[in-house]
Amino acid sequence: MRNLIPVLTVVAVIVAIWYAAAVWLNAQWVLDTAARQDREIGSAELVLETWSQDKPRLPAPHQVVTELWETTVQKNITSKRSLVYHAWVTLSATLAGFAMGTALGVALAVGIVYVRVMDMSVMPWVIASQTIPILAIAPMIIVVLNAMGLSGLLPKAMISMYLSFFPVVVGMVKGLRAPSMMQLDQMRTWNATQSQEFLRLRLPSSMPYFFASLKIAMAASLVGAIVGELPTGAVAGLGARLLAGSYYGQTIQIWSALFMAAFVAAAMVGLIGLVQRVTLKRMGMA
Amino acid sequence: MTNAMPQQAETSVISAKALNLTFQTNDGPVHALRDVNLEVGKGDFVSFIGPSGCGKTTFLRVMADLEQPTSGEVLVNGVSPEAARKARAYGYVFQAAGLYPWRTIGGNIRLPLEIMGYDKATQAERVREVLELVELAGFENKYPWQLSGGMQQRASIARALAFEADILLMDEPFGALDEIVRDHLNEQLLALWARTQKTICFVTHSIPEAVYLSTKIVVMSPRPGRITDVIESPLPKERPLDIRDTPEFLEIAHRVREGLRAGHAYD
Repeated sequence: MRNLIPVLTVVAVIVAIWYAAAVWLNAQWVLDTAARQDREIGSAELVLETWSQDKPRLPAPHQVVTELWETTVQKNITSKRSLVYHAWVTLSATLAGFAMGTALGVALAVGIVYVRVMDMSVMPWVIASQTIPILAIAPMIIVVLNAMGLSGLLPKAMISMYLSFFPVVVGMVKGLRAPSMMQLDQMRTWNATQSQEFLRLRLPSSMPYFFASLKIAMAASLVGAIVGELPTGAVAGLGARLLAGSYYGQTIQIWSALFMAAFVAAAMVGLIGLVQRVTLKRMGMA
Repeated sequence: MTNAMPQQAETSVISAKALNLTFQTNDGPVHALRDVNLEVGKGDFVSFIGPSGCGKTTFLRVMADLEQPTSGEVLVNGVSPEAARKARAYGYVFQAAGLYPWRTIGGNIRLPLEIMGYDKATQAERVREVLELVELAGFENKYPWQLSGGMQQRASIARALAFEADILLMDEPFGALDEIVRDHLNEQLLALWARTQKTICFVTHSIPEAVYLSTKIVVMSPRPGRITDVIESPLPKERPLDIRDTPEFLEIAHRVREGLRAGHAYD
């Protein structure tokens, strides 16, 4: 309860600013329309009209909420008009890319920690890969994979993977190197093999770093999936909704898709946080 | 195990001859050990004492095959430190307990046994035995954070004892503990040594600790790290804590202090 009041206060302030901004941004259009129709307009009328346009510059919160309600609860989830359907299309690519990115990231980190040549050579490439704007490389990945006969979920998942392996590599290299010299020496005194050292010491020690990386990777993965949907001709997914919305000036649709994306990201990161809490608590590390 | 010097192996558990170790650093070479010669007999309790930088820990690490000597020879159980390590001839107790927080006390002690491939029944039996030995019976299923610092260090000693190595190498195991706990653990360690007949090499920078525990005290000095004195203790094997007030005890302590001073340790 004590936590709820400040949170609600902040939300209320944001909503208030949002309504005010909607008036400010949409007023010109209302005034122009009124002038064209030779109509006098009062200030109360003006405010109400800025909050109820079909294609406002900035939709009011209740318009977005209404749109969200209509496209989630009131639509069959198999319908192409359902936001749940589009969210699922994006989420499935996100999860596939996240899984692949995590696997790739962990594999690279293990290589960097155990193989000296990889330690010296891989990291600069990993960092360079992230300096390329994803918007530039995404269409090329889609086109190349399409030429190879791959379409649908996989190309999008590849873009998700491209973004999400990075935080996992960085976090896991740090995590796998978390054991102290003393702990590593201790393993040596027991004449432990490398795989015993990895499984019993390095891997458990890396868990706090692993979960922190996963949260960033999940968010990056969702961005990747949405970006991956843009060049596919807006077939399905939250990215498609964003693109279609901007083609036709459907700002309400854009905003509701944005909110859906934020909600999906929050839910996924929250889920990882939950697993993290339970795991680290059981491991005595939290 | 056969070796070239069977006679020596019988009398000497650890033998160092003309041992040198130089670390190359950015500020030039550091002579961690120079011309170190030492014989440690079976069942001895040897303390290595000296100020920081005298090479006492480095010497212990050479015995454990954690450092490589630049020249000279070390034999552990009559073989090279590497062979001794691979034969799991010694248990090593570090300065910090270093227990894994995700394992129970029993799980921590079981760790080396799992690595060495003991079967489950033997593991359980050994864990129970060594926990009794360090007076931690009943704590098997507790987690490290539920134990005090002294108890954690006892658990780490139990872990080093678990796989029945007959040499115990201890690197300032009680350094981080307060004096009262330390006295208690010293007493317990002597009792444990008497019961298990192990050969113990013990690094410390406390004079009373060294004199109280040891049958042989090796005094070392820094720059370059070398042995300045080796004192065979005349104290009996039975040692109550108040032996530290006897003239014999004080006499040895005095000799250790002299040895440390002679090494110009604090110039």
